[in-house]
Amino acid sequence: MSPAGIAQAVPQGVEYVRILPEIVLSVSGMVIMVLDPLVDERGSQKLLGLIGLIGSVAAIAATLYQSQYPGLGFWGMVKVDAFSTFFHALVTAIAAVVILSSYEYMEVQRIRAGEYYGLILFGAVGMCLMSSAVELVLIFIALEISSISTYVLAGFRRRAAISSEASLKYFLLGSFATAFFLYGVALMFGATGSTSIAVIGEALRSNRIPVLAYAGVAFMFVGLGFKVAAAPFHVWTPDVYEGAPAPVVGFMSTAPKAAAFAVLLRVMFEANAPGRLGLIWVTAALSMTLGNVGALVQHNVKRLLAYSSLAHAGYLLVAFAALPNNGIPAAMFYTASYAAMNVGAFAVVSHLAGAGERFVTLDDYAGLGRRSPLLAATLTIFLLSLIGIPMTGGFFAKFYVFSAALQANLIGLTIIGVLNSAVGAYYYLRIIVMMYMREAREEVPAAIPVSPALGVALALSVAATLYLGLLPGKILAYASRSAAELLR
Amino acid sequence: MTHLIIFLFFGGLCVAGAVNLLVQRHPINSALSLVVVMGSLAVEYLLLGAEFVAAVQVIVYAGAIMVLFVFVIMLLNAGEEERTKGSRVAMLFGIPGMLVGSVLVGWVLIERTGTQTVSAGALPGAPRTIGWLLFHNFLLPFEVTSILVLIAIMGAVVLASHPDSDQGKKES
Repeated sequence: MSPAGIAQAVPQGVEYVRILPEIVLSVSGMVIMVLDPLVDERGSQKLLGLIGLIGSVAAIAATLYQSQYPGLGFWGMVKVDAFSTFFHALVTAIAAVVILSSYEYMEVQRIRAGEYYGLILFGAVGMCLMSSAVELVLIFIALEISSISTYVLAGFRRRAAISSEASLKYFLLGSFATAFFLYGVALMFGATGSTSIAVIGEALRSNRIPVLAYAGVAFMFVGLGFKVAAAPFHVWTPDVYEGAPAPVVGFMSTAPKAAAFAVLLRVMFEANAPGRLGLIWVTAALSMTLGNVGALVQHNVKRLLAYSSLAHAGYLLVAFAALPNNGIPAAMFYTASYAAMNVGAFAVVSHLAGAGERFVTLDDYAGLGRRSPLLAATLTIFLLSLIGIPMTGGFFAKFYVFSAALQANLIGLTIIGVLNSAVGAYYYLRIIVMMYMREAREEVPAAIPVSPALGVALALSVAATLYLGLLPGKILAYASRSAAELLR
Repeated sequence: MTHLIIFLFFGGLCVAGAVNLLVQRHPINSALSLVVVMGSLAVEYLLLGAEFVAAVQVIVYAGAIMVLFVFVIMLLNAGEEERTKGSRVAMLFGIPGMLVGSVLVGWVLIERTGTQTVSAGALPGAPRTIGWLLFHNFLLPFEVTSILVLIAIMGAVVLASHPDSDQGKKES
């Protein structure tokens, strides 16, 4: 505890490299904040968005650079390994694509968007830290950064009461869930005497597991289950997704979720959490069933996709119940391919929504195949991927998860999962049928042309979805390698 | 001996403040008696040897949080509260329940752990140790907290600003 020489008292240079992406993102976020009042209101959109984009792309570069310096930093607070690199790259890539797809939306909705880009970048700081933090206190603070930025982003359509409602609901329930997580951390500290994941893992591996540790795991699981929108902690999801701006939904249904799953992977496997199987079994089965059944009766596309995201969280949790050495890569692959297709789907939704988000029901999608064939084809690719049709990322994601579950002898859970995928196909196909086989309603205006930025965002999402569907080997091999590192 | 006298004096003051907090009808009076409670608690902590907790108690609770309380009361312009009869169930079960509970907790603490005397500064948790941990092992969480505070402020500004300050005003 006493000062042990000045050499150890300051972080080394390489330790700053281990938080380099976070530094890059924070600095660009602050540049946006400072410039926001200085630039002309008209120009703020283009310039600040561009800075946000540059910041997130630079963060991807920083992640790649950082991956050459694996190891611990800041007295065992952060750990750069293949696992953290994977989620860093994923989160920053999502941020970049969402910023691209927000340009047009913000202009159509006439929202002044300076802080918007800043909040996305700061949120990404929290999510990146969540994936590299190996200490529960830091994880908690990072989780809060990611949550608070999404609460605010959800309320960005300030003219719409429904958006404020979404923000408030999300905030109240989210704070409650965070309190659960914090209580779990406290109990875990009580059980093992440490908040460092490595030490906790050591303690839970060696001696008899204290009862307090079970309670700690359960509380942390409740907190994280809320963040990933898994049943029975999902009640907020449809309302929040309906009210929040469409590009933000694309962001918050993928990036914070991916980060929360990263934390869950670290807590469950690296910290060797006891009693996880039962918890996950029930949650996964409930999420898949409630999500798919709920989505069947939805008429609003955003609500439908909200229930679908609940179902996908369920599929993902199946991988957590499997054996670690093939469950972890399956879960990582699933987060990546879900991010690709869902960000893309919401980019299309945000384009079609129009001013004030008036056109978000299924009927508004009627005849889209004729009105704008390219856009309809793009959305079809994302929906097919969400179903899990071969040649798309969604297929291999489900395939790896279910085969991992079968190898762990989870036959019941696998059957529930496969049955649910069949149910899920119905409501995704319903949108496709609407687009191609129904006549357009009169009042829906002719589609405005897709702006170049949105076009790039869509092209990137389609490319990622198809890449993961056609050549999944490379990503899966990387995920397996990082799982092996995590378990070592 | 002086310790014990001061301890008992501030203990009594603390309880008296808490009772006064409940009895007062005007929110400002209640808030001010809460300051008394917080302040005397800080003295108790100090006498128990937890000087850092005592300092935090004064700075955070008696300082920051109370100022916030008073601000909110003044902004809302809250007047005297209306007296209601109160729920009979609360009277019947609440007060005896609370007494039984506190006696039980006190008894368990004394029986199980025994009582000892401590003097200020005898226990671990001195400001020096905490400062060393905070700016050393926990340096990164400490610094990252500033981003947390930053986005909270940013979010408050965004959500509280009037929607018409958007681009829409210029065009219409």
